[in-house]
Amino acid sequence: MGELRLMKGNEAIAEAAVRAGCDGYFGYPITPQSEVLEYLMSVKPYETTGMVVLQAESEVSAINMCYGGAGCGKMVMTSSSSPGISLKMEGISYMAGAELPLLILNVVRGGPGLGTIQPSQCDYFQATKGGGHGDYRLYVLAPASVQEMADFAKLGFEMAYKYRTPVMILSDGIIGQMMEKVDLFDPIPRRTNEEIIKTCPWATTGKTANRERNIITSLDLDSAKQEKHVFDLDAKYKRMQAEDTRFERIMCDDAEYLLVAYGSSARICQKTVDVARAEGIKLGLLRPITLFPFPTDEISKLAGQVKGMLSVEMSLGQMVEDVRLAVNGKIPVEHYGRTGGMIHTPAEVLAALKSIIIGG
Amino acid sequence: MEMKDIIKPENLVFKKTSLFTEKPLSYCPGCGHGTVHRLILETIEEMGLQAETIGVAPVGCSVLAYEFMDIDMQQAAHGRAPALATAIKRLHPEKFVFTYQGDGDLAAIGTAETIHACNRGENIIIFFVNNGIYGMTGGQMAPTTLPGMKTSTSPFGRDTEIMGNPLKITELVAHLPGTYYVTRNAVHTPAAARKAKKAIQKAFEYQKLNKGLCFLEFVSNCNSGWKLPPVKSNEWMVENMFPYYPLGDIKVPSL
Ligand SMILES: Cc1ncc(C[n+]2csc(CCOP(=O)(O)OP(=O)(O)O)c2C)c(N)n1
Ligand code: SF4
Ligand SMILES: [Mg+2]
Repeated sequence: MGELRLMKGNEAIAEAAVRAGCDGYFGYPITPQSEVLEYLMSVKPYETTGMVVLQAESEVSAINMCYGGAGCGKMVMTSSSSPGISLKMEGISYMAGAELPLLILNVVRGGPGLGTIQPSQCDYFQATKGGGHGDYRLYVLAPASVQEMADFAKLGFEMAYKYRTPVMILSDGIIGQMMEKVDLFDPIPRRTNEEIIKTCPWATTGKTANRERNIITSLDLDSAKQEKHVFDLDAKYKRMQAEDTRFERIMCDDAEYLLVAYGSSARICQKTVDVARAEGIKLGLLRPITLFPFPTDEISKLAGQVKGMLSVEMSLGQMVEDVRLAVNGKIPVEHYGRTGGMIHTPAEVLAALKSIIIGG
Repeated sequence: MEMKDIIKPENLVFKKTSLFTEKPLSYCPGCGHGTVHRLILETIEEMGLQAETIGVAPVGCSVLAYEFMDIDMQQAAHGRAPALATAIKRLHPEKFVFTYQGDGDLAAIGTAETIHACNRGENIIIFFVNNGIYGMTGGQMAPTTLPGMKTSTSPFGRDTEIMGNPLKITELVAHLPGTYYVTRNAVHTPAAARKAKKAIQKAFEYQKLNKGLCFLEFVSNCNSGWKLPPVKSNEWMVENMFPYYPLGDIKVPSL
């Protein structure tokens, strides 16, 4: 048991990053996530744990600061919201290519373009299908509570180092802004330079006589070598799929119909399940916790049990494509959701289920 | 006298610095990049800083600088080297950190990163090789291309009415409070190279003081991009580049 506090999601993840032993945070203000940088500046971790906190001149610069820090083996983090994440995509692609650990928080707002500052889940494609250029994937976690914002900071860093890869926490304006009780884990000390040299033998920590020089790069002009590098990345992504796919089953055991939803939308859908059950509809909810790797096998299994699935997302329907791939035509799969910063209610979801799936 | 009587340690007047790797340089013969590399590496070797230095390579002809320099290095996205170096230095304040960048990298796509690293007074060195052209991509116009100068994207010469003016970014960053030492050199003659090396030595010394960013421009040639033989390209540089980008110290520490 750690410490109980009432916090905003954005504050909880900032506090959790300090407690997880983060070495550096580099960010740029944008609504609805500016509290991350504001919180860090107010608690001054540079005076306590020694963590560096820097407001960069742009998201482009912030992500490249992360590249430099991560290249030294340091535990680094950045956060932004949709338009800023688009700017970070160059650096994210480079970091995926150079195999650098990173924690990125996206507190999604409605788009495209400057869009709206209200919550949305319209960046699923960007987070899970690339976003930046090249054959790469991110490990993507979708928190559904303030508690998970805190817990996933720690888990995210673990995954980032386990796989030497950028990890994205795909949150949204609801989770970022809402206040909930959060049980904060006990602080973990930052790793010493000696520990980093031991655990990250690849990092640029200064070329000593006892080893070859270390180079951090995403470049290989020899195409055969570059192909091998991409195959190696792919092997890593397959290992993620086998070892670290995460999901939550809610009332699935006897379900005849299934909602599939992540993050805020899963919170809303949980209420829909309660209301539907009270009406005698055997409804379950499958909540993907990792969006990549996607719980394909679990959804495929459930497709043999339920009569239809509704993917409920605050977007035009993006995850629904992955649900359909998992179901592979066995049963009907449809999408329902509000977008552009609008939030569906549990009643709207139930009505959609009845008209599109049960009655459809 | 026999050859073997001459080849003796006490007669050694010139050697390859041990911090060059065995990899042959990929630069065109006569290009200034190799000389600037050498001066930096000699300085690191002489000051005994191999284990203490972390370098950042750009995107440009020197993208493979890390192949030639036997020190820990990171390769940055085009223009972003000062952002990498900012974090490297802040997370490793005890290390010596430098970027090595061309004019397209530093003064076009990376202008924001350059100016803000300078303005924040990051305790790093920026080595800036200005050849007035995009060497790597085949000789397109750079932010530093001279008025009237022909490149593949200004085939009739740079028309400043249409294409804007060359950017004297070194003079610009000298105005910023975060820069500590700003100087412009060249490496086309032994005397110029000796001077340039002194500036490099000073920059590494200054980094120990933690007083701000050292910005070292090298006006250089690109014989391939300029379509001139090496000697001619140096002559052209002296006649045309030096008047626009005059050599000398621009900002010196008030000690
Ligand atoms: C984002 C991005 N845009 C464009 C390029 C293509 N590119 C590679 S090197 C270069 C210009 C480099 O010129 P400069 O910095 O002057 O270096 P030089 O080769 O002259 O030493 C460009 C435009 C790239 N690699 N990345
Ligand atoms: S293209 Fe120009 S800058 Fe590049 S190596 Fe050749 S001479 Fe040097
Ligand atoms: Mg150039």
